[in-house]
Amino acid sequence: MSDKNNESERGAEAEDILVRMRGVRFAFGERSIIDGMDIDIPRGKITTIMGPSGTGKTTLLRLIGGQWRPSAGSVEVDGVDVHRVGRAGLYRLRKRMGMLFQSGALFTHLNVFDNVAFPLREHTALSESMIRHLVLMKLEAVGLRGARGLMPAELSGGMSRRVALARAIALDPMMIMYDEPFTGQDPITVGVIMQLIRLLNDSLGLTSVIVSHDVQEVSAISDRLYMISGGKVIEHGTPQMLSQSQSRWVQQFLKGQPDGPVPFDFPAPDYAEDLMGAV
Amino acid sequence: MVLDTLQRFGRSGLEFFGRVGRAQLFLFQALAGFPGLVLQLRELLRQMYSVGVLSLAIIAISGLTVGMVLGLQMYNTLVDFGTEESLGPVVALSLVRELGPVLTALLFSGRAGSALTAEIGLMKATDQLSVMEMMAVDPLKRVVAPRFMAGFLSMPLLAAIFSAVGILGSYFVGVGLLGVDAGAFWSQMQDKVDLYDDVYNGLLKSVAFGFVATWIAVFEGYDAVPTTEGVSRATTRTVVHTAFAVLGLDFVLTALMFN
Repeated sequence: MSDKNNESERGAEAEDILVRMRGVRFAFGERSIIDGMDIDIPRGKITTIMGPSGTGKTTLLRLIGGQWRPSAGSVEVDGVDVHRVGRAGLYRLRKRMGMLFQSGALFTHLNVFDNVAFPLREHTALSESMIRHLVLMKLEAVGLRGARGLMPAELSGGMSRRVALARAIALDPMMIMYDEPFTGQDPITVGVIMQLIRLLNDSLGLTSVIVSHDVQEVSAISDRLYMISGGKVIEHGTPQMLSQSQSRWVQQFLKGQPDGPVPFDFPAPDYAEDLMGAV
Repeated sequence: MVLDTLQRFGRSGLEFFGRVGRAQLFLFQALAGFPGLVLQLRELLRQMYSVGVLSLAIIAISGLTVGMVLGLQMYNTLVDFGTEESLGPVVALSLVRELGPVLTALLFSGRAGSALTAEIGLMKATDQLSVMEMMAVDPLKRVVAPRFMAGFLSMPLLAAIFSAVGILGSYFVGVGLLGVDAGAFWSQMQDKVDLYDDVYNGLLKSVAFGFVATWIAVFEGYDAVPTTEGVSRATTRTVVHTAFAVLGLDFVLTALMFN
């Protein structure tokens, strides 16, 4: 496995890396969330970051987007250090990134059309007729052209995420980050979103970063997987490489086993002592 | 035990000054968004409708009721001294100098301020502010600045309406029901109420209260803990802190304006 890792690392060096994280650390107060992570996201590929809940997957996306600042290490996107560049530079970079939040985060006072038109109206001087064309094209791409007049409260969870996806690609970004895109969705919606992620990535030449713990779904569409736990990268490689991994941690996570190196219980004092202790 | 108490004091003090510092930084950043409002006139008008026009009913009804009660109470006192013709200026001075700006600010905080806090807090809790940041749109300029300006502009207008409707209410009770001479009511009011000393100073108060009430409302929303409980607490804080700030500021301004 170590030979394989070295091989993949050499391969990664040869690849065109869009996002490069080196020695990244992040903590909430005293609680360390990310403890020295190195991650490379290759351009034009779908990379998924997997791991148990609470391991800092969403934190990683916020660090890449420059919303949060690491206590140590660096995050480079397309050669720009996200946390050293000024505010104007960061905003220029963000115009080339899209992010799909877990909830969709649609603007509740705007209808579907205006939600998708929002970034176009903010950042371009296009005429309303041109914006209309672009919005309808983006909505057609996610299969919701007919829902343009609906308000967010009238949409299902899956539809909200597809509208949010249309909004995220409105400015034709170089990269999209997906935060738990499949959570709480029915199988049909999961299938549709999976297809959309792959289709948009390939047809628009995007780079996609997915944060998820839905093993089967992301394995099917990802080019590269990173598995993280305890604030560190445990394993990375192609889905095939990881499925053949001998690591007990990887096997426990991929197979969803309750016992193994991944702790299920939150740290607590001895059970018997706790029960017998004074109230 | 003493050490624990001291630690708690220290922690509370740090939290308090931290919040004051954040509120001031927030104010400067929000004010920096004001020049850009010329490009957001539609949004500004939408917010003025939401903050100002939708508050009209409660302001007008409260103004009318306060004016009627004031007319009745003052008449009962003045009639003992045979000076019921002074009802007009007494009521007008009370409303224009004090009750109009102060009560409007308190009602504004309960109706519009709490709504602003809840709206911004919920936008934060549902990641709408985060997604805006990720789209390279500054929420302070796009969300906070138009709401801040709308509240700031609406408050003096609402206070003026409160006072005007209050005077009409006292006229209805004093002149219409209790028989005070209409000519004396209006002419004494015109004679005793000074444009600069009373009307302008009252207006200045309502401008100051509008600024403070809206600042507290938008800051509490923006600084809210992004959970259901956090937004609920922030909304309560808006109403309570605005009441303290307005009443304290009223004393200071009154002392400065009217010696």
